[in-house]
Amino acid sequence: MDTIDRNKILEYLEKNAKLTAKEIASMLALTEQEVENEIKVMEEEQLICGYHAFINWDKTEDDKISALVELKVTPQRGMGYDSIAKKIYKYAEVESLYLMSAGGYDFTVILKKATMREIANFVTTKLAVIEEVRSTSTHIVLTKYKEFGIALAEDKKDKRMVIAP
Amino acid sequence: MRDFICEKIKTLKPSGIRKLFDIANEMPNVISLGIGEPDFDTPWHIREEGINALQKGRTFYTSNAGLEELRNEICNYIEKKYNLLYNPESNVVVTVGGSEAIDIALRAIINPGDEIICPEPCFVSYQPCIIMSGGVSVPISLTADNSFKLTAKQLEDAITPKTKAILMSYPNNPTGAIMRLEDLEPLADVIIKHDILVITDEIYCELTYNGGHVSIASLPGMQERTILINGFSKSYAMTGWRLGYALAPSHILEYMLKIHQFGIMSSPTMSQYAAVKALQEGEKDIVAMRNAYNQRRRYILDAFKEMGLPCFEPYGAFYVFPDISEFGLHSEEFCQKFLEEENVAIVPGVAFGECADNYVRISYACSLNEIREAMKRLSKFLKRLRSNPV
Repeated sequence: MDTIDRNKILEYLEKNAKLTAKEIASMLALTEQEVENEIKVMEEEQLICGYHAFINWDKTEDDKISALVELKVTPQRGMGYDSIAKKIYKYAEVESLYLMSAGGYDFTVILKKATMREIANFVTTKLAVIEEVRSTSTHIVLTKYKEFGIALAEDKKDKRMVIAP
Repeated sequence: MRDFICEKIKTLKPSGIRKLFDIANEMPNVISLGIGEPDFDTPWHIREEGINALQKGRTFYTSNAGLEELRNEICNYIEKKYNLLYNPESNVVVTVGGSEAIDIALRAIINPGDEIICPEPCFVSYQPCIIMSGGVSVPISLTADNSFKLTAKQLEDAITPKTKAILMSYPNNPTGAIMRLEDLEPLADVIIKHDILVITDEIYCELTYNGGHVSIASLPGMQERTILINGFSKSYAMTGWRLGYALAPSHILEYMLKIHQFGIMSSPTMSQYAAVKALQEGEKDIVAMRNAYNQRRRYILDAFKEMGLPCFEPYGAFYVFPDISEFGLHSEEFCQKFLEEENVAIVPGVAFGECADNYVRISYACSLNEIREAMKRLSKFLKRLRSNPV
């Protein structure tokens, strides 16, 4: 199987992880077995790293908040950014970590949803005190409009007539 | 009081989907695979252009034939697609949807009693438009055995001295059938031999899944006897903008334009500006939508195979047209029962021609999730019908 098929499978799963191998096979004109095997291999290669439900937490009672932190660091000789990154992402509180090409800061840290107090505590007592960290700048998300390509607040109801020629 | 209504209009049959629509419309949570329009929103950059037109105050009539810029883009598009040259000055009229283009094409050519050949199943408006123009509709019954293609023999058998034109549409609504070059060539021979016109409704021309669309106008000797109809509704998901167009030799277009001029004036101005943008920058949108339709098409055909529902493989539009004859129900009964028992709306074949009562039209212009659920319910429904035959 060539890479194009792989990417197609990945595109389907990325949009809807609930699709079965059989359904993907239908749409790509492959056999169920072929798709099943390929998914298994991609899981083993950690090309597929997991399956998640996409949840709009704003619609729940949950009142935790999302925050991201910009970190400015001083890389250590012979260590580069990787070892600093490891010190940061090892914390369970960190959901995503990106090294950026931005001027002014180096890392974007996206934190797991938490209360304001938990976030403040984590930033001041854990992130800010890492030896190489020179400064932190914490941003709180007020409203999520769109995530994973889906506009969260938009009415998805079909506006078409129920039957049309 | 006298009866004021025109006799001709009284004879028109009511739409074959009305009854089902009324039932479905009252039901909550219906999954509808009965909709003949894209489920996609008009791409945002095209909508923005419509908004922009309004903001700039482009709210006046355009010239009767349509914005010059749009006519130019239409001719460029057709040249690129079929290598056919049309003059934006004398061969194009921008219409209120493909529907208006069909209407004015028929009205421009029909004298009372002229026969228009109309292969069926076909779009619901063809026959009424022929009758309203004073013509006589001569149906040809197409069959699934031949993938709902029209053959030269069928056409020639239907031609009489009164035949003026054939009105056909590929890719087809409701069947999803297409015609390839080798299918069109023998037709063109017959058409030229008998000196008749073709009105070809190619509104689904961008939605083909196994090779590109071939327009009959592009065959040798055919451009001069073809009225080519197209529009923006299906290619760019712009149904509500009501914008289509017709291309024809100038000695025909001149008269179509006359009807358009007196009946309509000009097509909606903001829609025309948006359509310019669609033609200039909409190619990637077409590709994305086509890919999505194709995936759903394959999904449904596989699902049919599994439930043992016979269906020829359609390569165009966004419809499948399975054969329901084994269940011994008229297509309308089948659809109504399916709707009432499983909450899924589909359209009876008979709405598209008497010859199609053994078929139903299922649209895949809806989300994969809806299709998946609808196929589950269809499978259940068929099992029930098979275990309790009518």
